[in-house]
Amino acid sequence: MQNKILNHGDTETLRNKFLRAFASPWFFRILLWLAPILFLLSFFFLPLSKILFLAFNTSAFTKANFQLILSTLSFTFYQATLSTILTFVLGIPSAILFSRFDFRGKSLLRALTAVPFMLPTVVVASSFNALVGNHGLFSFFSSSFILHPSSFSLILSAHVFYNTTIVIRIVGNALSRLDPKLEQSARSLGADTFRVWKNITLPLLRPSLLAAALLVFMFDFTSFGVILLLGGSNFSTLEVEIYLRVLKLPNLPLAALLSIVQLIFTLIFSILYTRTINQVTTQTAPRFSLARPPKTIRERAFVFTVYCSLFTFFFLPLISLPIRSLTRLEADRGQRGEVQYGFTTDYYKELFINRRGSLFYVPPIQAAANSLGYASLTVFLSLALGYPAAYALAKPTRLEKFLDPLIMLPLGASAVMLGLGFIISFGRSLASPWFVPIAHTLVALPFVIRTLQPALASIPERLRQAASTLGASPFRVWQTVDFPILSRATLSAATFAFTVSLGEFGATLLLTRPEYPTIPIAIQRFLSQPGGLNFGQAMAMATLLMLLTTLAILIIEKLRLPNSGEF
Amino acid sequence: MLEIRDLFKSYENKPLLRGISFSVSQGETICLLGASGSGKSTLLRMIAGLEFPESGQILFNKIDLAQTPPHARDFGLVFQDYGLFPHLNIFDNIAFGLKMKALESSSLLLGMSRQQAVGLQSRVAEMLELVNLQGFEKRKVTDLSGGEQQRVALARALAPSPRLLMFDEPLGALDKSLKEDLLNQIRAILHKTKIPAIYVTHDQDEAFTIADRILFLHDGEIIRDGMPDEVWTNPKSAWAARMLGMGNVIEGRMQKAEGRRWKVKTSFGVFNVKCEHKHSVDEKVSLLLKQSPSPVFGRGARGEGDEIKLKVEDVLFKQDQLQVKLRGGLVIHLKEAPKVGQIIRVKVQVECLA
Repeated sequence: MQNKILNHGDTETLRNKFLRAFASPWFFRILLWLAPILFLLSFFFLPLSKILFLAFNTSAFTKANFQLILSTLSFTFYQATLSTILTFVLGIPSAILFSRFDFRGKSLLRALTAVPFMLPTVVVASSFNALVGNHGLFSFFSSSFILHPSSFSLILSAHVFYNTTIVIRIVGNALSRLDPKLEQSARSLGADTFRVWKNITLPLLRPSLLAAALLVFMFDFTSFGVILLLGGSNFSTLEVEIYLRVLKLPNLPLAALLSIVQLIFTLIFSILYTRTINQVTTQTAPRFSLARPPKTIRERAFVFTVYCSLFTFFFLPLISLPIRSLTRLEADRGQRGEVQYGFTTDYYKELFINRRGSLFYVPPIQAAANSLGYASLTVFLSLALGYPAAYALAKPTRLEKFLDPLIMLPLGASAVMLGLGFIISFGRSLASPWFVPIAHTLVALPFVIRTLQPALASIPERLRQAASTLGASPFRVWQTVDFPILSRATLSAATFAFTVSLGEFGATLLLTRPEYPTIPIAIQRFLSQPGGLNFGQAMAMATLLMLLTTLAILIIEKLRLPNSGEF
Repeated sequence: MLEIRDLFKSYENKPLLRGISFSVSQGETICLLGASGSGKSTLLRMIAGLEFPESGQILFNKIDLAQTPPHARDFGLVFQDYGLFPHLNIFDNIAFGLKMKALESSSLLLGMSRQQAVGLQSRVAEMLELVNLQGFEKRKVTDLSGGEQQRVALARALAPSPRLLMFDEPLGALDKSLKEDLLNQIRAILHKTKIPAIYVTHDQDEAFTIADRILFLHDGEIIRDGMPDEVWTNPKSAWAARMLGMGNVIEGRMQKAEGRRWKVKTSFGVFNVKCEHKHSVDEKVSLLLKQSPSPVFGRGARGEGDEIKLKVEDVLFKQDQLQVKLRGGLVIHLKEAPKVGQIIRVKVQVECLA
């Protein structure tokens, strides 16, 4: 007996010496960081440096280029400013509605306003096309100005559609956190409703208003898919111009210069945003909800009006997409002017057919298979890289404090810029299908890490210690404690990566090869072609993508840890 | 069984434990009593293998455990905050250690034989009965009260029949009546199972209830190691006396020796005290003033010991008696209330604290 234990002890010794060397904290941390850092170095920082290098190549510094940059920049600012203002026009009453009033269907309406934020740009663009585009549902009724708006107002509406939820979230949260005693005491001191707003509420809300405005502006500033798909060739923001200078009128130095200009502005905005959002979160929360049912007639009218406008604005485009995908709305071949309409599943059937002279070498539905394949690869890659990084970040040392912002940096780069960087660094001709999931992983990785990290940090060290005193080896500790607790966060992160990959448009558009289109690329190709059949197929594809994404959003929402989700 | 030899450990470059040595024998429960931050939890965690000593040895059955990882030590540890797995129900929590053992022996990745599963069931049921939680198998951890959670934690630690059980302030988070109840249960279980145990606490009531032997940990050293009654009648150090809530510890200076007896000068007068250790003239010592069993105040105080005369500063009602604060910080307990400002005489017994 004694002998046996001694032998056991001896083998333990060797194994443990080995383990101890590995368990040295620094060695272990470096091991954790190795893969994520190598990945970022080769696929983010290297392309970024190539873009920088190319941008400061003297050939890009011409007068014509500067004029182009200046005019693009001014249009980008113009549309972003206008979009932000419009977003606030709808967002502020909505924020008041959600934070101050209780009414039937409140959570449903709130969810409805939040859905677009997660939807791929191609889906949103297709939705607006389905409703009010050239072949849209409304075109059947009338061709008047109101029902058939210009493409610029479509762009603005799509931006409002996307970003209203940001105003509702940030300003609404701040509103519901305001201490009601402040307003009450102002009122008791003789201030009327308007003065209370002007002198008390607005000044207190200023940081959150500013933060929301900056974030909305930043998203509008870098908008790509919406502008390309809804604006046609008439409007180009910086992001669209970069795309044009890569694929349509190739001039890579100019594209690089444009992306540097854009990067500088997004960096400024995100620094400003981080500063203001920090002021917002320091406010204290009251222990009860301020929301109550509307009482006076004015309040009821307000709730009714905002409710109806929100419902119409958010529900109509979303529902018109599937409707349009099942509606025949075109003149029969050779019968100009005579519009046929009715129910049809032709657009879906057509997706499975490989027509000669079609836009693809493969049946369009193959795009869905490609998308799913890329998405699976993205999930795998971003989890494989995100897990070790999140583990290290869960217990931060000085190393992590330094690396944390670097890991998040890809968030500041636009998708088109990532694509440009890949093309410059690895060459478009060499672009293997692998580069698409790699680009998707770059976009998804910060979110994946931010989802896993709090979950990892929330596991008390006690539990691991308890497991190990009960006889669990390090692997078993991970298997029985970490993994089950993390499974929700893992699934949530995986779904997020999946959704990002499914909907990613900008980088994919630059990197994808013709024979491997994804769903968004297929939709874009259909939309850019004339004819009712192409339009219908775009609608059918977009509907499929919308269903997939909505399903994923539902999963993420179900799995969300309480209090872990802020933009 | 367990033997600790000359253990050293520092925390943030300050010495925390400075040469700790003690041993625990079969069926014995020892209690480490120390203030918070004295390093008693660290000591437990080093025995469990969760932290490493800087020097010194931890032996079990004469085998050095330095190279044995925590999961191979077969020691049970009960945490103050329970450390129950929130994602597992009560059954799976208690079965955890048993499953780990089964997996180790059968080297299966998942799943176990029918026979093992039946054995597991009955062992868990047995443990639940031991801690008075029959039928709790399917409950969730979060549905239990603090006391119930602590009992589950105890059952979980006991289930794999560890070679040694350790308790890290297990009742710290519970209220008083629950504490006494659980303490008696733990004591009964330890007696029944004969597992050697180390119980860490800063609460002297707990220590005296549960311990076969009490160790005082102070300033990184064990300053007292003895049976509870020995420790109580002779705490031997000012710190231990204060820790035990003995109250009146005063400082004095040695004046003159008469054999083993010393005359000690204090701010309350000169006392004639018997001291065990060697002392020199003018040395600083601490004295323990124990109130005589039947103190009477006023003129002609009766009883054994020295008489002191002090002014009453404050009188507090404490359940069935009165706590009287005297000038100089002395506290005594009386049945009748003196007036504040009144000068009273009390008989005290004075003991030398090393």
